Amino acid sequence: MTAKSWLTPTIIAVVALVLPFLLRDPYPQHILIMILIWATLGTAWNLLGGYAGQVSFGHAAFFGLGAYSAGLLFLHLKISTWWGMLLGPFVATAVAVPIGLICFRLRGPYFALATLALGEIFRLVFTNWVKFTHGAQGILILSTFPTKLPYYYIALAIWGLAMFTLNRLINSKLGYYFVSIREDQDAAESLGIPTTRYKMYAFLPSAFLAGLTGAFYMNYIAFIDPHVVFSLGDISVMVILVVMMGGVANPWGAPVGAAIYIALNEIFRAWLGSANVLAFGILVCLVILFLPNGVMGELGQIRRTAFRQKPAAAGGGQK
Amino acid sequence: MSLFGQTVICGILLGGMYALIAIGMTLIMGVMKIINLAHGALVMVGMYITYVCYKSWGLDPYIGMLIAMPALFLIGCLIQRYMINRLVEVDSILPENQVLLTVGIMLVLTELARLIFKSDYRSVTTGYSSSTFFVGDMSISIPMTVGFFIAMAFTYLLHLFLTRTDLGRSIRATAQDRNAAIYMGVNAPRVTVITFGIGSALAAAGGSLLLPLFYLWPDIGHLFTAKAFIITILGGMGSTMGAIFGGLTLGIAESLGATYISMGYKDVVGLVIFLLVLLFLPGGFKSLTKR
Repeated sequence: MTAKSWLTPTIIAVVALVLPFLLRDPYPQHILIMILIWATLGTAWNLLGGYAGQVSFGHAAFFGLGAYSAGLLFLHLKISTWWGMLLGPFVATAVAVPIGLICFRLRGPYFALATLALGEIFRLVFTNWVKFTHGAQGILILSTFPTKLPYYYIALAIWGLAMFTLNRLINSKLGYYFVSIREDQDAAESLGIPTTRYKMYAFLPSAFLAGLTGAFYMNYIAFIDPHVVFSLGDISVMVILVVMMGGVANPWGAPVGAAIYIALNEIFRAWLGSANVLAFGILVCLVILFLPNGVMGELGQIRRTAFRQKPAAAGGGQK
Repeated sequence: MSLFGQTVICGILLGGMYALIAIGMTLIMGVMKIINLAHGALVMVGMYITYVCYKSWGLDPYIGMLIAMPALFLIGCLIQRYMINRLVEVDSILPENQVLLTVGIMLVLTELARLIFKSDYRSVTTGYSSSTFFVGDMSISIPMTVGFFIAMAFTYLLHLFLTRTDLGRSIRATAQDRNAAIYMGVNAPRVTVITFGIGSALAAAGGSLLLPLFYLWPDIGHLFTAKAFIITILGGMGSTMGAIFGGLTLGIAESLGATYISMGYKDVVGLVIFLLVLLFLPGGFKSLTKR
């Protein structure tokens, strides 16, 4: 480890720890927490979708399972939803095992469609299984803490865990295996990589982190219903757009994308009222058309354009 | 027994109209090899155009359809020409970029509709909306039957177009092997533009036929995207006949599920069939006939 590789994370950690003392109002703190939630969820998706190349359109399933694990503990056993933070990730991971075994038989668009269908099945089952889940009525709890500060630090810890996991995984042998599977699955297999097993190694931590985020979401927002936490458009697809905007297969892609997404969402909502999703949709189209690898992925390109330098000799964009 | 018969017939009629939407998607998928998540949104736009024609000029949905189809053809061509085709040359880490672009397009179309028409549920009530006729003691809805036959007529016309005309043949050639088609002198980018246009026009037609039967609101597109996907996978990508069988299967399965299980779980039935086909018959029905 060189000094430089520690520098950026340390600075970011210090800034993140001090930030809530500079922004004391509940509103900016809420925004920070939402950014952290999306950053964690995005990091989880990025591990599977960005590095291993298995584009999942059903990550809401794990987010929702985490959230409902916490909610149902309270509903049926009357114990604190915080225990869901322990249970939720494991439920999500346990469910991910059969899902992975089924879906990893499929490739590319077929895999995407299978995960999309699974995510929708979870939403429909949790909506219709009224006896067990209260259906569309959702689950409402009382917030534990009166201020945002404890939530902020918990969210920060979860995000830190996600970043740590991601970095450990992608800088190990596993990371190279993931990328090789993404770039050419047949070649990877012919080199002796058991691709299904290594896809699982990307999938399980991803589901675990998504479940953890979901359980935290339950505790923080204090209300869930199937249409929110299992949403195809607002969770499964949005997390892909967030990572896409920030930078696929880039450790900072998810946090940057999350910050852009939440910030834009708030700004657009203030300026444009009901047209905020429209503006966001237009922005998504523009980003994909002009920055196909996201903000972090095209950083070199952006810098060159901004400072009007000549393009570097051999495609200097970070990949 | 008459309940069963009525359920199956209702499923077949509905499935025929779903099939028309799905044929639009399967055409696009076959030629472009991409998942078009904006397809349902295009259906929704077509429905709103027909709805506006009905509200402002009192045009029957079946006539409004003739306005909605060319309009959607144009929109589809523009989307393909200026957005999706631009991405083909761009180098990116994930090939799914085009899919995400269609997600962006879906967001934009849905939100535009919400901005203009609000989220209210709207419906078109024509004289025949709830009229039925009886076969034995099974009552069968007239708009469903009319819609089914128009859908089948369109499917037949499309089949003729794809097999008998030069343009149709170049579309099929591009779907089979894009590079080989280019070597043979097919202008592939132009073919993709036209294909997307035709696919969108068929989506609009399907939407207009379903308008007398469904409530209309901006998010209805998601419903149709999901259905069109299931049908496309059931039938096999790029196969018109497959899409018809897929449509009928989904229609019957949903309608049986709604009658015998519960209304809420009817979509689960469709999705479970979808997963099973995806796993055990990945080529769809198309692969069965090839053997």
